[in-house]
Amino acid sequence: MSSHSKAARRFVANRERTAWHDKALYIVRSKRDRMAQSLPEWEQLREAASQIKQHTLSHLADYLEKFERNATANGIVVHWAADAAELNRTVEDIIRQHGGNKLVKSKSMLSEECELTPYLEERGIEAVETDLGERIMQLMHCPPSHIVLPAIHVKREEVGELFERELGTEVGNSDPTYLTHAARRHLRDKFLTADISMTGVNFAIAEEGAFAVCTNEGNADMGTSFTDLHIAIMGLEKVIPDYASLGVFTRLLARSATGQAVTTYTSIYRRPEEGKQIHVIIVDNGRTKSLHNEAHRNMLKCIRCGACMNTCPVYRRSGGYSYSYFIPGPLGINLGMLRSPEQYGGNASGCSLCYSCSNVCPAKVNLGEQIYAWRQEMDSLGVAAKSKKAMVKAMNLIMRHRGIFYAGVGTLPYVPRFVYNNRFNPWCEAREMPHFDTKSFNTLWKQGKIKR
Amino acid sequence: MKVALFIPCYVNVLYPQVGEASYRLLRSLGIDVDYPLDQTCCGQPMANAGYEADAKPLAERMERLFADYDYVVGPSASCVSFVREGYPHLVEHHHNDGRPCLAERIYELCEFIHDVVKPEHIDASFHHKVSIHNSCHGVRHLGLSAPSELNIPYYSKLRALLEKVEGIEIFEPQRRDECCGFGGMFAIEESAVSGCMGHDKVHDHISTGAEYITGADSSCLMHMQGVIEKEGLAIRTKHIVEILTANE
Ligand code: SF4
Repeated sequence: MSSHSKAARRFVANRERTAWHDKALYIVRSKRDRMAQSLPEWEQLREAASQIKQHTLSHLADYLEKFERNATANGIVVHWAADAAELNRTVEDIIRQHGGNKLVKSKSMLSEECELTPYLEERGIEAVETDLGERIMQLMHCPPSHIVLPAIHVKREEVGELFERELGTEVGNSDPTYLTHAARRHLRDKFLTADISMTGVNFAIAEEGAFAVCTNEGNADMGTSFTDLHIAIMGLEKVIPDYASLGVFTRLLARSATGQAVTTYTSIYRRPEEGKQIHVIIVDNGRTKSLHNEAHRNMLKCIRCGACMNTCPVYRRSGGYSYSYFIPGPLGINLGMLRSPEQYGGNASGCSLCYSCSNVCPAKVNLGEQIYAWRQEMDSLGVAAKSKKAMVKAMNLIMRHRGIFYAGVGTLPYVPRFVYNNRFNPWCEAREMPHFDTKSFNTLWKQGKIKR
Repeated sequence: MKVALFIPCYVNVLYPQVGEASYRLLRSLGIDVDYPLDQTCCGQPMANAGYEADAKPLAERMERLFADYDYVVGPSASCVSFVREGYPHLVEHHHNDGRPCLAERIYELCEFIHDVVKPEHIDASFHHKVSIHNSCHGVRHLGLSAPSELNIPYYSKLRALLEKVEGIEIFEPQRRDECCGFGGMFAIEESAVSGCMGHDKVHDHISTGAEYITGADSSCLMHMQGVIEKEGLAIRTKHIVEILTANE
């Protein structure tokens, strides 16, 4: 059994919770559908986004250098990091030079990817997540289970209990407004005393040397307004040509992610205020390698909207933690395979090849097709499941020989049903076996029993 | 016009009545249809599991079996979509006889009737409520209906054909093209999630008030029928060709 299959089984065992999780995410997908349906030019926008990404990725070095030049001219300090270790070191160096040990963060999947927070904490730098969902997960000492809705798997009663323990809220009060206000007070204090702020980057605009950060809570803006050092970290695929292309992406991002017309805050950082500093760190960490992987380079088009998770029927019923990679769902299956098939190959089974993800993706990333392609590579990569291989080989042997096939199926009606319809047959866990009590169409045709 | 019937392995063995109805339907529309003997499997299960190379000899066999026909028509959307999408890079083609490869000549049965035959009238009656099962590969690869994710006008070739049946009442589940969780080897490898998906899908069909779930894929129907029997539910599955040839 694959790692995903095992973990998914544990999640599904609680049917009630699975149904709740499925529904919560399907609501997000439905909101997204309503937004997509309300824009007549939706499909053209997706096509434009896909082409802009394609174009930028095929001129990536030029655009990155252009971004660096223009950002530097604007007074932003640009750094490059080849991998996670270099990113973490660079962040630490910038902080040491500036001074201070209290950092407020807005959401960044790159920081999860590079395990930046534990790195900083070990070195005496407090890194506080300021996105509400991320903060909930941080207080729970758990990773996010979704890239846009990190605490989607947590019920509000559980948040209530957590806040009772951690923030001293009233016992038994899980009213969302009450809890949000409590979180707000708690975070306000963190903002007021912070020395450094960190944000991710949704889009880096080469032409302008500026970058856009999209949030719903305004937490990025709070952080960067209060502190005089702002460190922004970005994967190198985040660069886009100009403001015109930014317009395409901002129209797609929030609609796809949460079904809003636009994120509540879309902040563009262009130059530091008097006496303040902005540093941008551009991170590779395997992305150049992915770019050279022709079959899978499309993954770099992703704008991290999370729509592929919300639509994935498997993700909705198996939860973010059923995937061994830190990003779940169709996106995570693919990115995990790009990172290390040996380590993350166990996620590839978590896909029924329904292809809904490919249709929902605003950047037209062909996620389902790529999972299919990865499966073709798994045997030669040495990460295919042995039992599955044996099953395929046996099936293939039978199907290649019509004699064996038809002799075999001819005997099926005589096999007592309990032999195959029992609890040792994994098929029968949730379903009955079909009935083998008829002659095959082939036989009927040969016997002239099909009315001609 | 030479037309051959493609009856996929599991339909051949488990649902001969679907093959029979397919034949009858095409004949009733005035089409001369043949069944090349001893068909087995198109190779889709192996390929979806990650063993496309194992599908190659099966693909070559299919190409030989159907070499002489103008159209090849099968009552299984996912098998047809595999042939159409997978065969062009699995089988080498020598176009010296000028005949297009199987991928270009193969049709799902409803698609063939809707797009090629285009009958005004279908001689069938079915006085029941049915819920259409829009199967993933049928919708998202063959375009049998408008995928719910895309902003394109609604259409459904299955519905268009069913509307020609006398007495029928047609419904669609709320999540009109959500996967039922069959997915070939997925049903075994991820049996817990697959079972849960099947349960949810069947209940979505049930809540339309329909008596039957119908669709163009016997594989999804087989999976859902298994769930129905296991849970003892009051709905049945029926392949769309059985309804398009019904007289009840
Ligand atoms: S792959 Fe597409 S749908 Fe999934 S997160 Fe990225 S942009 Fe969104």
